Amino acid sequence: MRTATRKPLFYAAITLLVLFTTLPVLYAVLTIFKRESELYRFGSNPFIYETSPTLEHLIYLFTDTAFPTFALNSIIIGLLVVAITVVLAVPAAYALARLTGNWGERSGMAIFLVYLIPPTLLFIPLFRIVVALGLANTIWSLVLVLPTITIPFCTWLLLGFFRSVPPQLDEAALLDGCTRLEAFWKVVLPQALPGIGACIVFAFSLSLSNYIYAVTFVSESAARNISAGVPTELIRGDVYFWPSLMAATTVVAIPLGIAYGLLFDYLVRGFQSAGAGGE
Amino acid sequence: MNAGPTGSDRAAPTRPDGALARLALALERPRVLGALMLAPAVLYVVAFVAVPFFIAIALSMSDATVGDPQIDTFVGLDNFIAVVSQSGFRLALRNSLLITTLTVLILLVLATTAVELLARDFRGKRLVQVLFMIPWAMPVSLSAITWLWVLDSQYSPIDWVLVQIGLLGPGGTFGPSWNLFYLGREGLAIASIVLVDVWRTLPLATIIVLAGRLSIPRERLEQAQLDGAGFFRILFRIIIPALAPVLTVAILFTALLVIGEMSTIALLTRGGPGHSTQILPFWAYLKGINSGDLGQGAAIALFLFPVLLAAAIVALRFAYRAGRD
Repeated sequence: MRTATRKPLFYAAITLLVLFTTLPVLYAVLTIFKRESELYRFGSNPFIYETSPTLEHLIYLFTDTAFPTFALNSIIIGLLVVAITVVLAVPAAYALARLTGNWGERSGMAIFLVYLIPPTLLFIPLFRIVVALGLANTIWSLVLVLPTITIPFCTWLLLGFFRSVPPQLDEAALLDGCTRLEAFWKVVLPQALPGIGACIVFAFSLSLSNYIYAVTFVSESAARNISAGVPTELIRGDVYFWPSLMAATTVVAIPLGIAYGLLFDYLVRGFQSAGAGGE
Repeated sequence: MNAGPTGSDRAAPTRPDGALARLALALERPRVLGALMLAPAVLYVVAFVAVPFFIAIALSMSDATVGDPQIDTFVGLDNFIAVVSQSGFRLALRNSLLITTLTVLILLVLATTAVELLARDFRGKRLVQVLFMIPWAMPVSLSAITWLWVLDSQYSPIDWVLVQIGLLGPGGTFGPSWNLFYLGREGLAIASIVLVDVWRTLPLATIIVLAGRLSIPRERLEQAQLDGAGFFRILFRIIIPALAPVLTVAILFTALLVIGEMSTIALLTRGGPGHSTQILPFWAYLKGINSGDLGQGAAIALFLFPVLLAAAIVALRFAYRAGRD
């Protein structure tokens, strides 16, 4: 295929693709450093700085808003959700792939059906459960509930990974005198590390992104996370603090974008195994 | 482990009689170990997905409100009938389906194209991968806010460009106004929402399809090329048919992400103007939480479930069968 690649055409297409995904973010970055006087002057060129750029909006975001709290809450929630997800989904996926026999064969589809019940259907009853448990307005409500999204997804992803590990490996370990748990822990698990890595990334990203649970369960600023806190705190009625909003967006998007981008091949491999396992 | 009779040599490995030894033996049976490893996840899902799901069904058939949340009065299908008879319902259902369908169709084309580009090796691939993943790295609500600014009714940079090239403004092709009001007009607002949904789900769709694309044996593509097949012939005769199962999975994943998400609408249009961009999830939120009518909120949220279920079963059957061939 490579010989047939028409280079300029290929690079033009790649550039278009990248422009599509990045233009709004580039514009957001441009906005962060604009002075209000220029930003809201009708007809001024939005793509250049007609007056000198300023750091005041970025500083405002970190010193005068609850954004640092939101970010910290998001990180704590994300890490705990990842931990819960891995602890529950890894053994479950291994069990379905190896131990439960024919019963586990169709489980890929069953897991998908769980994934089909969307948060928009569950948020009202889950809100009642959260209130009953006394967790409303705390980050713990989200730590408890967000694994409903990540566990089915990660179990499905890992199922493919475990199925792609040759069963002969377990059998050899068993013949060598390992117990089944040891075979899982010492032999199969290391083979599935890329899958677990993909799971961690996906679980973190899904927990960060959820909006409906975050706005429903938490209405106090101190316990809000980024996805619900930024739109409520930096938009008051009809007043939008645009440069600070854009700062909040890019502060989140750029580091995560780099992390996900570097993990790109990893994530693709994650889905490759999941697909192969489903066949 | 510490509780084991470590000092005793009575516990011969062949004849287990301690509780721990019996446990260890039981753990060697795949079914027992399997059930134990599966149990925590299953219990969690039952408690926080299955139980709430049935509560949602019960709520939808009760007169529960935020003020009186007890599910004590059975009202049958009254909530569903009340919901269907409201003018907003038809619009919300239509928009949910329309937005999802359009998004998925555009995604199919864009993701297949992106996959053909990203399946190759080229200089600067790492950088392209990073830039490509940025939409997915943003929480959906922040993507929505970014687009809200790009599509601003007064300061949209797109409007500014259109004015500069003479398409907008007095004497312009698109009318005398200085702005197009992307989110203030029904057709444009729906198109804008679709654009935002395509933008935010393209990375995930591409990753799924790319996974399938890279699984096509290289020899098959090279053989086809040796046989003199051109790029488009290879694309339509080999790549796309081979991708069918994985495209189905990609469609299902992204469709579920799009149809269940309310933050794009909540932040971009708030369902307006009027109810013209209303979707079922956001309407369920407004009814159930803002107006406090839990029963009707649950009924609206439940509406899509049979549709999603049927679509998913058909799609997965197809993917399963196509994957076996």
